[in-house]
Amino acid sequence: MQPSATAYWKANLRLLAICLSVWFVVSYVFGIILVDVLNQFQIGGYPLGFWFAQQGSIYTFVILIFVYARQMNKLDREHDVHED
Amino acid sequence: MDLQTLTYLIVGATFALYIGIAIWARASTTGEFYVAGKGIHPVANGMATAADWMSAASFISMAGLIAFKGYDASVYLMGWTGGYVLLALLLAPYLRKFGKFTVPEFIGDRYYSQTARIVAVICLIVISITYVIGQMKGVGVAFGRFLEVDFEVGVMVGMTIVFIYAVLGGMKGITYTQIAQYVVLIFAYTVPAIFISLQLTGNPLPQLGLGSTVNDGSGMSMLAKLDSVLVDIGFAEYTAQKGTTLNMVLLTLSLMIGTAGLPHVIVRFFTVPKVKDARASAGWALVFIAILYTTAPAVGGMAIYNMIKTVQPGEVGSENLKYAERPDWFKNWEKTGLLKYEDKNGDGMIQYYNDKNKEYASKADSMGWKGNEMVKIDRDIMVLANPEIAKLPNWVIALVAAGGLAAALSTAAGLLLAIASAISHDLLKGIFRPDISEKQELMAGRIAMGGAILVAGYLGMNPPGFAAQVVALAFGLAASSLFPALMMGIFSKRINNTAAIAGMLSGLTSTLVYIFVFKGWFFIPGTANLANTPDNWFMGIQPESFGAVGALINFTVAIVVSRMTTPPPEHIQHLVEDIRVPRGSGGASGH
Repeated sequence: MQPSATAYWKANLRLLAICLSVWFVVSYVFGIILVDVLNQFQIGGYPLGFWFAQQGSIYTFVILIFVYARQMNKLDREHDVHED
Repeated sequence: MDLQTLTYLIVGATFALYIGIAIWARASTTGEFYVAGKGIHPVANGMATAADWMSAASFISMAGLIAFKGYDASVYLMGWTGGYVLLALLLAPYLRKFGKFTVPEFIGDRYYSQTARIVAVICLIVISITYVIGQMKGVGVAFGRFLEVDFEVGVMVGMTIVFIYAVLGGMKGITYTQIAQYVVLIFAYTVPAIFISLQLTGNPLPQLGLGSTVNDGSGMSMLAKLDSVLVDIGFAEYTAQKGTTLNMVLLTLSLMIGTAGLPHVIVRFFTVPKVKDARASAGWALVFIAILYTTAPAVGGMAIYNMIKTVQPGEVGSENLKYAERPDWFKNWEKTGLLKYEDKNGDGMIQYYNDKNKEYASKADSMGWKGNEMVKIDRDIMVLANPEIAKLPNWVIALVAAGGLAAALSTAAGLLLAIASAISHDLLKGIFRPDISEKQELMAGRIAMGGAILVAGYLGMNPPGFAAQVVALAFGLAASSLFPALMMGIFSKRINNTAAIAGMLSGLTSTLVYIFVFKGWFFIPGTANLANTPDNWFMGIQPESFGAVGALINFTVAIVVSRMTTPPPEHIQHLVEDIRVPRGSGGASGH
């Protein structure tokens, strides 16, 4: 692999690790594992943990995909691997 | 106008629209037939993906699950949306760059093995057929209840409509039809939800309504009210967790990985012009899916609240609803057999409570209750009956029927296309008759589609007894076989043909065996080796949650085998390097 392509792939993997950590935390940690702890707080009439499980995680997923897409488009140009 | 005429009008109008689109968007090349010529705008593709993905299960069944399971149903909400994050980040852009027509084609090329391709075709066909049976059943139920025609006639009408636009238009026709179907289904889902949210809380947004104060003067929030109403009749709190944390985590993970591994969803990202579009399109798909998925918790919660309040209008202990005075929706659903009442204490009233709760038994006894009298409430009726329970106008009820049909038909078409392309492109063109012309392949694709529709229709009319259980199987299979093979194909250059096949087969077999041991071999009753109870489960893992474990086995076996065998040849390593960068996607083709 050319050096620029290797650097591009490394940067991609780093971004993936960050995005997937967020993905894991909002659903598995906030929505399931820590649900009882978070349920002591309220958001808009919902217990917080319950809200993450049935609303918040989904909103986060949507934002996450668009952030990833935007960052990747930037990376594509920086490393000169973007489409014409 | 009466309900039935209105329903005929609205459903008829949507069907006419779908057929009109089919005639306008005919496919003339294999590229158009398989992947809509790779020319679909990412937002349009997102909308079509949403309709493709949201099946009768999402539209009809999910809110019913939420209504009766409360917090525990969160696994479906997170599992069926979080999978899109995996798809967008780990698969879609790379598979689009690869630029071929089908999922098995990628597996066959990346692992330079016809065997791997055939294993992938088999997984694809089993997964897709399983799914399509459920859609056909959904079509039959919607027709049966709202248009009052026989179940079989309903299935046949549905098959004919799908036949017209799927065979004519292939992916191109299906995509444009799905966009129309998305509009119909999302309108049908959200309109009643807005009405009901307004009625109960005064807040027009169902997503906020579920947390808002109920209009009954109690000053409680909708969720707190639901907790107390359920506890009053002996059930657990709505917002409380009932299952184990391990099973919730694993089931969510299985559904997410399974979603990302479903061939008919993956193939949707082959239809956009660029790699960049594939990333964005997954985001748009999830936006359109999230509109329904964030509304569903309110639909489920408010439906169960309205239903309990209908049967139990006052405090527990005061008079319940008299059976003789039951509302029309109650009578209509009784006719379908999906709702059943039994007057156990002979008082002519309807008591709905948790008669399995031993601590509640003495209270029930003191009120003269002799058991729960709503002996059957099929979860699937909650969404369909919801507008009637809330006494909404007839046009809303008719709209829900059209929406349910749109959801079932759009998913069925996507699945049938996946099956048809696997047969005509992977088996016929790829393996048995590589020399056929494009025209012949297109014809083969249309014939395969026609055949798949007939098989699906037959199975829809004569559903195997295990139809409901195989949904878990479909996700388990996709999670344990296809997803790991696809992901490793992109993220590892070291995985070779032997490793991938060993991985797929071990993931697949372990998941199948685990499900069969508890649910019966091939779901034949009486052949289960162990009772399906928590004591018998391996580490307390329920069979539905095992897909994630199967995926882990697949990854492990593939990595270990790859370390013991030789790396893939040079040209395959170049192929992997090539799909990792977006540049050069424009020139890709199906050959």
